[in-house]
Amino acid sequence: MIEFRAVTKRFDDGTIAVNSLDLTVEAGTITVFVGPSGCGKTTSLRMVNRMIDPTSGTILVDGKDVLSVDPPTLRRGIGYVIQQAGLFPHRTVLDNVATVPLLSGWSKGKARTRAAELLELVGLPAELGKRYPVQLSGGQQQRVGVARALAADPPVLLMDEPFSAVDPVVREGLQDELLRLQAELDKTIVFVTHDIDEAVRIGEKVAVFREGGILAQYDKPSELLARPADDFVAHFVGKDRGYRSLSFVDASGVEIGTVPTVVVGEPVADAVSEWRLAVDERNHPRGWLAPGTTVDGRLAEDVLKPGGSLFEVGQSIRGAMDAALSSPSGLGVAVDPDGSVVGVVTATQVLAVIEGQRESRG
Amino acid sequence: MGDLGKYLSDAGTRGAIWQMLLEHVYLSLLPLVISVVLAVVLGWVCHRYGWFRGALLGTANIVYTVPSLALFAIIPAVIGTQVLDINNVVIALTVYTTALLTRPVSDALDAVPVHITAAATAMGFRPLRRFLTVELPLAVPVLFAGLRVGSVSNISLVSVGALIGTGGLGVLFTDGFRSRYLAPIIVGIVLTLLLALLVDGLLVALRQWLTPWNNLKGAKA
Repeated sequence: MIEFRAVTKRFDDGTIAVNSLDLTVEAGTITVFVGPSGCGKTTSLRMVNRMIDPTSGTILVDGKDVLSVDPPTLRRGIGYVIQQAGLFPHRTVLDNVATVPLLSGWSKGKARTRAAELLELVGLPAELGKRYPVQLSGGQQQRVGVARALAADPPVLLMDEPFSAVDPVVREGLQDELLRLQAELDKTIVFVTHDIDEAVRIGEKVAVFREGGILAQYDKPSELLARPADDFVAHFVGKDRGYRSLSFVDASGVEIGTVPTVVVGEPVADAVSEWRLAVDERNHPRGWLAPGTTVDGRLAEDVLKPGGSLFEVGQSIRGAMDAALSSPSGLGVAVDPDGSVVGVVTATQVLAVIEGQRESRG
Repeated sequence: MGDLGKYLSDAGTRGAIWQMLLEHVYLSLLPLVISVVLAVVLGWVCHRYGWFRGALLGTANIVYTVPSLALFAIIPAVIGTQVLDINNVVIALTVYTTALLTRPVSDALDAVPVHITAAATAMGFRPLRRFLTVELPLAVPVLFAGLRVGSVSNISLVSVGALIGTGGLGVLFTDGFRSRYLAPIIVGIVLTLLLALLVDGLLVALRQWLTPWNNLKGAKA
């Protein structure tokens, strides 16, 4: 658990980076600090491991005042993942990961064994251990950064915009990886980002900071999107927050309807009068056959209209809505975890469920 | 060329040349080793304390413009050594090489990316260990670029020391000029060149051994 008690940081030039921050990060959760640049989120993070010392106030990590601990000793007990990974270019990947155990006095052999375990934990092949950071992709470097932070098994992990320098697709993979790791490791994680989407995606709680180092709202992501505390937060979480908040709505009430299907590579018997879903022999969706299309002989892929996004049963209602809206037929394709078609949903049905939930909440 | 064969056929001459070569190695490389240590310390000071940087690097530039022969002559007056003391050359070349190396060391330390030093601090490195095991190793490629220039410069400057009688291969030039005899001059030039090439080759090999991580760019997985 990390507690900020009336923490203020005023820099020498007089700017107030953090203004009387009171906040508790619960043990075993991911808490995200988010806000525009200059809002004090990174300063707040760096005060936890004394990269910056507060002007006034107290920070407790597991009940202990951080100012009472010698900084290097304190830092060896707190994992830290920095932007652009910050790997040591002159050390192999394995030695990078072994850094903190070696600093803490472990033997070289034991530290390297531990480092190899960590590489496996973050999903990197063992042979990467012998390489140097420059030989790795950005995403791989960032995984090594996470492995290095976890090497001494610290209870607390600080992550300072760790995924901001990688491209969006890789970033999403790293976020998923972090959530998977956290389910396994149960660390107390503080994660700083300026990206509200990233914040609501990975945070169990999100602290929104505003300029001048003021905490604007500290809440669960669903609450943040549904009930922003003021105009600043409402503006910061964005115009489509209503849509994004659907990520936190359960989709079990959405009824999945049936749809006529045709199989790619087989003849289509009758005239096509309504939208039909084309599937392959494994029942995976391939696209849509539009009404009025004439099929000469066997159904070829090139007459199909490309399909929209897929709604995997069990996902949030946002997935169901998106599938319906992005489908050329207006019918969102629902699939099971293996990717086989189970049926279709419509936007009207999804809206009805959302409306129904609103009424039941009163 | 007949002259050269005759000159080298004398065992006494060969022994003397060998002695001069060893002196030359000693006189040129000892200052190199001392100045690496000094330049790392001074470079760190420049890197750490900005206000010191201008003063120190300015002084270094001025020192470097002092002609070597003048410096050889000034040093005894400043530190009270004998005029013909061999240490005058060692000290003078140490001053030159330190003046040459301080700026690249300071620049190389400045060039270590902030996120790497910040990561090291956040991992729990204490300042001295961080300097010796993170910042300094990252400065090695630049340091060695300076060392290569310094080694060649020293090997040529030691010859000048012969004018004040400190030994080394330069004696072959002074002897040759005095007696108007070409053979020792040729031997001196060839040996000086070979020594410079050999030392440079060794420095390149040493740098590659110390920095296997350097020049890997583009070798992505």
